[in-house]
Amino acid sequence: MQEYIVNGLLIVVALLSVILQIIGTRLSAGMTKKQKVMLWRILAAAVLLLILQFLGAEAFASLGTAGRWMRLAIFLADYLIIGYDILRKAFKGIRNGQVFDENFLMAVATLGALALAVYENGDYLEAIAVMLFYQVGEWFQSYAVGKSRRNISDLMDIRPDYANIERDGRLEQVDPDEVGIGTIIVVQPGEKVPIDGTVVQGESTLNTAALTGESLPREVRAGDEIISGCINMIGVLHIQTTKEFGESTVSKILDLVENASSRKSKSEDFISRFAKIYTPAVCYAALALAVLPPLVRMLGMGLDAGWETWLYRALTFLVASCPCALVISIPLSFFAGIGGASKAGVLVKGSNYLETLSQTKIVVFDKTGTLTQGVFEVNAIHHNEMDERKLVEYAALAESASSHPISKSLQKAYGMEIDRSRVTDIREISGNGVIAAVDGHQVAAGNDKLMDRLGIQAIPCHSVGTIIHMAIDGKYAGHIVISDIVKSHSREAIQALKAAGVHKTVMLTGDAKKVADQVASVLGLDDVYSELLPADKVEKVEDLIRIKPAKAKLAFVGDGINDAPVLRRADIGIAMGAMGSDAAIEAADVVLMDDDPMQICKAIKISRKCLGIVYQNIVVAIGVKLACLVLVALGFANMWLAVFADVGVMIIAVLNAIRALFVKKL
Amino acid sequence: MKKTYKIDVDCANCANLMEDAARKTAGVAGATVNFMTLKMNVEFEEGQDPKAVMQQVRKACKKVEPDCEVFL
Repeated sequence: MQEYIVNGLLIVVALLSVILQIIGTRLSAGMTKKQKVMLWRILAAAVLLLILQFLGAEAFASLGTAGRWMRLAIFLADYLIIGYDILRKAFKGIRNGQVFDENFLMAVATLGALALAVYENGDYLEAIAVMLFYQVGEWFQSYAVGKSRRNISDLMDIRPDYANIERDGRLEQVDPDEVGIGTIIVVQPGEKVPIDGTVVQGESTLNTAALTGESLPREVRAGDEIISGCINMIGVLHIQTTKEFGESTVSKILDLVENASSRKSKSEDFISRFAKIYTPAVCYAALALAVLPPLVRMLGMGLDAGWETWLYRALTFLVASCPCALVISIPLSFFAGIGGASKAGVLVKGSNYLETLSQTKIVVFDKTGTLTQGVFEVNAIHHNEMDERKLVEYAALAESASSHPISKSLQKAYGMEIDRSRVTDIREISGNGVIAAVDGHQVAAGNDKLMDRLGIQAIPCHSVGTIIHMAIDGKYAGHIVISDIVKSHSREAIQALKAAGVHKTVMLTGDAKKVADQVASVLGLDDVYSELLPADKVEKVEDLIRIKPAKAKLAFVGDGINDAPVLRRADIGIAMGAMGSDAAIEAADVVLMDDDPMQICKAIKISRKCLGIVYQNIVVAIGVKLACLVLVALGFANMWLAVFADVGVMIIAVLNAIRALFVKKL
Repeated sequence: MKKTYKIDVDCANCANLMEDAARKTAGVAGATVNFMTLKMNVEFEEGQDPKAVMQQVRKACKKVEPDCEVFL
């Protein structure tokens, strides 16, 4: 019965290697030369074994002693065809003091089994078949890893190879590294934008899917900022570069993703420590299994020692113990997870962050730009004595030096070019507002704290929004109501987070209590802290970290422009809408390319899926290994089962790891 | 100073061994090997010549994992 199974398996291996060899001739298969050579070796060894199987031992037995040696020589030749590199590596390892690795395990186990077979003139097949199947497993692993490596690198294939520069009316392709700031580059339809810049001529739609995972195209025309890594879809664009290639978005993102897996997670550390202890431990256990039971039987119980049986079990034990499944599948899972996430527009800076993200139980949000659009509009003007337009004009001029969204919306409401020469003596009072001299009048624009400070009686407002009180020449002149718009997905995003098992959602904002409370109740947030200065936000996050259980991790989500200290302080900092914001990319651990808050939940789900796969692999691989080792030690399993357990678990673990790449449906 | 080199190695564990070997080489302040992208980031100590140090790193890696390659 076993003979049929063995022959069947050998035929399958031989056929498979022929088929794979044919597939390998196509370039797209991406098989390396090493892998092709290995396939030939597997084929040769399998065919030779089959021939020997069909000839049978009888054919050689009829030749007498010479036949026995001939049979041994042919089997040995077959063994060397399939296993010479393992022997060489094991030998080199011993010479370099790196004794315990999987090559050593395989070499000792198969050589031992061969020696036993020579001694008994028995079954050489087993040792060779074990080596053969081990090599098949190794081949599969190297192919799968190579293939997924290429898949993932393709996902991240946003690196532009060249930039077009117009010289004497003709386009010339140059290395993007050599393009200086301020150069005009030309991007044709279908090409990637190589360097960040401003459009000076042309109109087109851009595909940003590679950067954001968002498939909706973006329209650009002359005057718009443009980010490298997008693909130009229809029109020819002339772009004036504003950065060098190395400082451009695309380079920063590539740098970030490529260095991601150098920050190792606890699981990976665990596995590499585990492997360091594990391999020597099983070697000693195998040695003990070979020596101790026979000694005990001989000396303690007066039975026959049974050296061959125990030696065989010890060798089988070695075959079964190979830790490859673990060592390969854990980093592969994380790599696939990070790759899959970046396809969805979620950049994770390292597998340790992926791990922390999966344990997130508290999510703290910044309000402006994160949950709300950060686009403020002037909604109303109350209690004014002078003309509304005049008041807005004064406010816009006073705030003209500030880059705060509020001042932008004032400028927008004013609607005309700002003449900076009309403004002098600008004093910004952090968290309060601005005092400046406009056309010789002293203008104060800010919140009620500013009015208190100046000793001016402000009239409180019943509208919800940011209230800018105005005082001109020390007299109250009314207030301007500016309000922000909540993002359309914010509420859904909070609900999705709750559904995904986040206990607590908190909002921190520098905005007034009334505005903050209203936004929080609309969105269904658990807690809200308002009227915070940037430093208070760090303090609040520290408080929240102190009172939470140690295992629950706190994530802070901000738009990354002024939140850098908080992003750093939180267990995990998530920056969103990060296209083009360098500060965010540097400070955060996770970068969401898009500014859709639904992405937060997606990021957490991706991390959970990836970590789930990691744990499955650890448990399955270690569990099967241990069960197998016990079966072998007790004599219930032979070398065949051992090698199948090893190769089988590895294949399952690798396939499972690749699953982490698929994140579309989360 | 930091530099990135392309490498070729077959298994994740071997990549870890290479990382250890590179770290222990004289003149290297820190090294990380990324098995998935097949890259080695090496940070050199002040005043060291990367070319000379990398020769040693390559030698050390070859010693722990004969099948590996560091492209200098």
